[in-house]
Amino acid sequence: MTLLDGEPTKEYQEGSGVARLGYSFNFLMAKGECTTQWSKTEDTCSTLRNRKAFLSSEKQQQDSQPKDGDNSQTAGHSSKDGTQSSNGTSAQWTDRGTDPPRKETHSSVLLLLVTVLSFSTRLYKIMEPAHVCWDETHFGKMGSYYINRTFFFDVHPPLGKMLIGLAGYVTGYDGTFPFIKPGDKYEHHNYWGMRGFCAVLGSFLPVFAYLIVLELSQSRTAALITATLLIFDTGCITISQYILLDPILMFFIMGAVLSMVKFKQQTHRPFSAPWWLWLVLTGVNLAGALGVKFVGLFVILLVGLNTAWDLWGLLGNLHLSLVDIAKHFLARVVGLILLPLFLYVTIFAIHFVVLNKSGPGDGFFSSAFQSRLIGNNLHNASMPEYLAYGSTITVKNLRIAGGYLHSHWHLYPEGVGAKQQQVTAYLHKDYNNLWLVHRQDENNTQSGAPDLVRHGDIIRLEHKETTRNLHSHLHEAPLTKKHFQVTGYGINATGDANDLWQVEVCGGRKGDLVKVLRSKVRFLHRATGCVLYSSGKTLPKWGWEQVEVTCSPYLKETPSSQWSIEDHINPKLPNISLSLLKPHFLEILLESHIVMIRGNSGLKPKDNEMNSKPWHWPINYQGLRFSGVNETEYRVYLLGNPVVWWINLASLGLYVIMVAVASVALQRGVPLDQRRREHCCVLRRGGGLLLLGWLLHYAPFYTMGRILYYHHYFPAMLFSSMLTGITLHILLQSTDFLLRPPYSYWLQKVGQMLLLFSVLYSFYLFHPLSYGMRGPLAHEPASAMAGLRWMDSWEF
Amino acid sequence: MLGLQLPLLVTVQINMELLLLTLLAFWTRLSQLSYPNAVVFDEVYYGQFVSLYMKRVFFIDESGPPLGHMILAVGGYVCVCLCVCVCVCVCVCVCVCSCAEYPSGVCVWSLRLLPAVCGSLCVPLVYLLILELRLTHCTALGAALLLLLENSLIVQSRFMLLESVLIFFQLLSFLCYLRFHNAPHSSWSRYCWLLLSGASCAAAVGVKYMGVFSYLLLLGVACLHTWQLIGDRAVSHVSVCVQCVCRCVCLLLVPLLLYVFWFYVHLSVLYRSGPHDQLMSSAFQASLEGGLSRITQGQPLEVAFGSQVTLRSSASQPVPCWLHSHKANYPIRYDNGRGSSHQQQVTCYPFKDVNNWWIIKDPGRQELVVSTPPHPVRHGDIIQLVHGMTSRFLNSHDVAAPMSPHAQEVSGYIDFNVSMPAQNLWRVEIFNREAESEVWKTILSEVRLVHVNTSAVLKLSGVSLPDWGFRQLEVVADKLNKGHQSSLSWTVEEHRYGTSQEQKEREAELHSPTHIDVDSNISFWAKFLELQWKMLTVKQEESEHKYSSSPLEWITMETNIAYWLHPSTNAQIHLIGNPVSWGVANLSLSAYQLLALVYLLRRRRGIKDLPDDAWSQFVAVGWLCVGGWAVNFLPFFLMEKTLFLYHYLPALCFLFLLTPALLEHTHSHLLRCSSPAALCVCALAAAASVFLSYRTFCPLTYGRPELSANQLQDLRWRESWDILYRRR
Repeated sequence: MTLLDGEPTKEYQEGSGVARLGYSFNFLMAKGECTTQWSKTEDTCSTLRNRKAFLSSEKQQQDSQPKDGDNSQTAGHSSKDGTQSSNGTSAQWTDRGTDPPRKETHSSVLLLLVTVLSFSTRLYKIMEPAHVCWDETHFGKMGSYYINRTFFFDVHPPLGKMLIGLAGYVTGYDGTFPFIKPGDKYEHHNYWGMRGFCAVLGSFLPVFAYLIVLELSQSRTAALITATLLIFDTGCITISQYILLDPILMFFIMGAVLSMVKFKQQTHRPFSAPWWLWLVLTGVNLAGALGVKFVGLFVILLVGLNTAWDLWGLLGNLHLSLVDIAKHFLARVVGLILLPLFLYVTIFAIHFVVLNKSGPGDGFFSSAFQSRLIGNNLHNASMPEYLAYGSTITVKNLRIAGGYLHSHWHLYPEGVGAKQQQVTAYLHKDYNNLWLVHRQDENNTQSGAPDLVRHGDIIRLEHKETTRNLHSHLHEAPLTKKHFQVTGYGINATGDANDLWQVEVCGGRKGDLVKVLRSKVRFLHRATGCVLYSSGKTLPKWGWEQVEVTCSPYLKETPSSQWSIEDHINPKLPNISLSLLKPHFLEILLESHIVMIRGNSGLKPKDNEMNSKPWHWPINYQGLRFSGVNETEYRVYLLGNPVVWWINLASLGLYVIMVAVASVALQRGVPLDQRRREHCCVLRRGGGLLLLGWLLHYAPFYTMGRILYYHHYFPAMLFSSMLTGITLHILLQSTDFLLRPPYSYWLQKVGQMLLLFSVLYSFYLFHPLSYGMRGPLAHEPASAMAGLRWMDSWEF
Repeated sequence: MLGLQLPLLVTVQINMELLLLTLLAFWTRLSQLSYPNAVVFDEVYYGQFVSLYMKRVFFIDESGPPLGHMILAVGGYVCVCLCVCVCVCVCVCVCVCSCAEYPSGVCVWSLRLLPAVCGSLCVPLVYLLILELRLTHCTALGAALLLLLENSLIVQSRFMLLESVLIFFQLLSFLCYLRFHNAPHSSWSRYCWLLLSGASCAAAVGVKYMGVFSYLLLLGVACLHTWQLIGDRAVSHVSVCVQCVCRCVCLLLVPLLLYVFWFYVHLSVLYRSGPHDQLMSSAFQASLEGGLSRITQGQPLEVAFGSQVTLRSSASQPVPCWLHSHKANYPIRYDNGRGSSHQQQVTCYPFKDVNNWWIIKDPGRQELVVSTPPHPVRHGDIIQLVHGMTSRFLNSHDVAAPMSPHAQEVSGYIDFNVSMPAQNLWRVEIFNREAESEVWKTILSEVRLVHVNTSAVLKLSGVSLPDWGFRQLEVVADKLNKGHQSSLSWTVEEHRYGTSQEQKEREAELHSPTHIDVDSNISFWAKFLELQWKMLTVKQEESEHKYSSSPLEWITMETNIAYWLHPSTNAQIHLIGNPVSWGVANLSLSAYQLLALVYLLRRRRGIKDLPDDAWSQFVAVGWLCVGGWAVNFLPFFLMEKTLFLYHYLPALCFLFLLTPALLEHTHSHLLRCSSPAALCVCALAAAASVFLSYRTFCPLTYGRPELSANQLQDLRWRESWDILYRRR
């Protein structure tokens, strides 16, 4: 390649040589099957992309060109046409990468420009507002928990909050700020570290997007369009500026995509050092994405599909031996499955090691889990060893994330079985979880040493707070219609025969004692023969969204029908220290995942809350209030730059049309010149990858039952912007369909300028959304945003 | 001129196999159809709908489009016809005919006839479908036998249920498409087949929404074939264009039009008001005979200052209701200690009442009568609303509402002289003014009432008030007026021009019924869109049924459904499949997937185990059978409604096609050298065991003969099956 330094004429020759080389492929396949044509075009793609590597061979091809040209005169003519027509425009197009010193400085200048702009837009006014905004109240708090080493429960995996905590710790935040509610003033607390960390990660997004598009389309224009859209999008700026998980998540997502694309570029030299580097980086980023939020699964899916497609291509390459393919396969298994899995597990290991003090999340977990936490009442617990009559106990279901047996002063509503007191399972520790153990016949506890409960005994459980007995009868349970209803019945512990339960220790024999915490106990209803069961279904509003408890007529032994005695208070018995079985790490891991998934699906939309629908998002229908409502307050409103978002939306449609036209043209065998062929290839391969990314990060939300927010769209929006870059670039390049060369070139430049200025001007108009606004609301003429409320649904 | 050649010869070729299969199918599905002479399982629902069809009463069934109900209703009409015939005969003899004395068997038989016929026709369809896949007659016979001897399909066809109809149309659409695809490419008559395919797709979708997924599968395959056509350079551009357009018309346009046509029939047949009226908008209700249209007939159209109106909330959740007020004030303090304005309550009341009347007043005028000529209210006008019976002004202010404290309270203003001034101006915003007009119209206009002082919007919160509010629904003024919500908009339902000056006269006037006349009709398209939207959005109460099950349990048939139990004996009918067939089908599914994987990998490495035509046949079997199974099964995992075993039956039918096809593939391509005789023996043995298990479960399929408790116990092959015995 050094041959061609700075010599425009040779450069041009080289370009035409490539065109003809591409053409010779074209000629060969003209009568081939459509499938082989597809793979051939792929070949052309990869040849073009790896021009550097193949340059010497191209030289040879170039030497042998005339022969080819003679063989096919008409075609040679058309290819010449193509190169000529693209003469003006392709000056910067065809020579990419062939002219290192000047071009590379040029491209690094551009990259630097993108980086600087990105950082400056994100870090500007990072300290404002000096109060807690929106979800900072959660994630800031959780960051503080890491600094204080207090155990908590969250529906997301821990990496994001760990990084926030770390950033805070490094920059001198001491974890003392309580983060009680949005709007609290930070005062003297050091919050800039956490915000700055998120903003720095957020600043990398446009840079990564620039590099990805550059890699996919080999065009700086396309990459610059993408970077412009992202840098000047108010939504991306706002979401990067606060202590949130999203910038961290998107950093890892984009990092994974970038490494994947870079990895793909290394196809021609497998198992080299850069090949391994990008593979490993992809894996690391995947682990990071999944470690922040479960949304990371979508990018894993994207990388997985891409890798599978890759391997399928390798399998079809008959030059590779099966051993080679196996090597490829195993390398990817190690890099993309085992390594991320290992890292992910490590994240959790650190999480559990760091958080060793009891905190607000204890009740979600099993007794064994809780015993690990310093300060929990089960940590180094001491209580009477065997269950006795007259004791006060709490009963916990053994299903993972099963709750405590619970009752409260509320009745089942009309039409749900008998209108008696509700009995539920409740995940939090509460006074209403306490039950008293009685013999079947007497109420008051006798004096002297109490008798112990044995396997097979008939007992009565009295709810301590309401003095109702645990009761069941032949009515349908509220949700699980095949089971019987469980209620609280009677008053002051006098009830009827339906209040009697037989205690059975699983695997025990008659007469065995019931060990606290360690025995698995079943409660069999005496009258109907059913077994006390926690179905795991959440009751509707009348049941305070607690978990249903039923009496199951199916006596299969499942964790749902097994209970353990957790707290045991009996002053008449000696307390002994219980050395509990420490749970295995994998058990904790599994348990915490099940709890997280339950928690996620439990986030149902509330009735009077206006929830966001997925179709709102791409049209930028409605934003999110980050801070401030009234005229006097400092307001920040998360809303994408409408011009950017609507351009994205339009280019999605445009892309589909363009790719359809291109595909039909290829399928019908319409003769196309080399440049167009290349465009089709970029549209189909690069664009296809990005479209898939967009779909994977957007479509699944339609099936989710949980509550959704506007900011869930941002990862998809990144993909959409990258797609826009490619689409618009190729659209502008195709102007020569309309006009003759010099004019088409001008039209193209005008289009680019128009795009740039519309984005910049709209950013100028809407920048107060991100950087804060005060004063009257937008519907009043005095406001800074007057006249900019283009949609009624925007609330600023 | 073409002369007629004599003798006239007609050559008829009859495939005896096919004929025999059809007859057997009819025999298994149609024999003793009217037994049991009782309502079985979901026949309760379908029976109701059929009777509503007979009475021409409008209803909504959110479970599916109307074609299925219409097909069942045809059975009902047949019943009536037969009854009339019988009546005539009886009349001749006895001269007394009371329709209560129909011979009851006739009706049951005719209502169940059409599903049973559809179910029986599935058997020959499967036979033909296999032949279209270019497989042998033996294979076709095998598939048809599997279908013929499947107990669950028999049970489901023999009652007034829709699954067999759905399966029939699905199979028909695939058969027609394959006919089209296999026909020589030069003939244009093959487009008849495509048209028929599109039509039966529309019918399948019209019976149950599940049909959409098999329609999508068919579309996908058609797209693929069209794509190959586009790639065929031998065909001219024009020809390609014409063929593409033809395919689009047959597979996209025709089904769409037919689907709308089902609704057209549905809406034109059902023109009377009925139990589900309340779910629809006022305009829709007014178009039905009886019900609302009886009241609104002849009302003045344009709402004017001085009009007396009732305002209905557009939200039908939780119940449809009207803006209401009564002589009772908000309590000074609520249970939770918050205070109120103690002014007169304004609520939403789900019943017609004289207290629902409001008078629209011009803030600039004192009179409460309509001037001549009437001065109509337009979008953007400021009005006051006066409650007809108590003469209080509709008012809102910065006081938290009783149940939704984030919103403002709405009250009938009482001046307690506590520096709480009246804020009773409301601006009228007509939401659908583009579609209708700027003038506020009765029934047609959807209006938002915006409070002038606070710009909050009058809204139905949907929460019921406690006892002090007589359990009526709460009305608030909400500032968060995000977008269009039905709870924010109101329509005028009853309307008349006020004429009385005095309060007493006015009260008398309000008590009297309205009567003036104008006619309001809405177009079919508006009705169609509204009905379609309601059907897709109205949520069923999610509840678990005793026999409901989850999709994973279907593959292994973990559960059954008890359809009917004789009131005194042990005779009973269950939806239980033929366990042997299910086992074989599942086996073949996994075998196919395994084979496909091996073939694919080996082909990719350039090793061609199969010749090209055999491979394309193998692929065709795959997309039809495995694809059909997948599209009819997998979507259930995403559904949140109550699911039953019978939802699996369409998927199962496609699996039954797979088993013999795979057997033939094994025979002709995998076992070429080793003994094919062994395979034949295996196939025969399998067929025999299918037949045996069919015989075994027959008593539970047909409900007779009655079995003893011990025999029933023996039939309980699985622990989880629920078979009922009577304790003696």
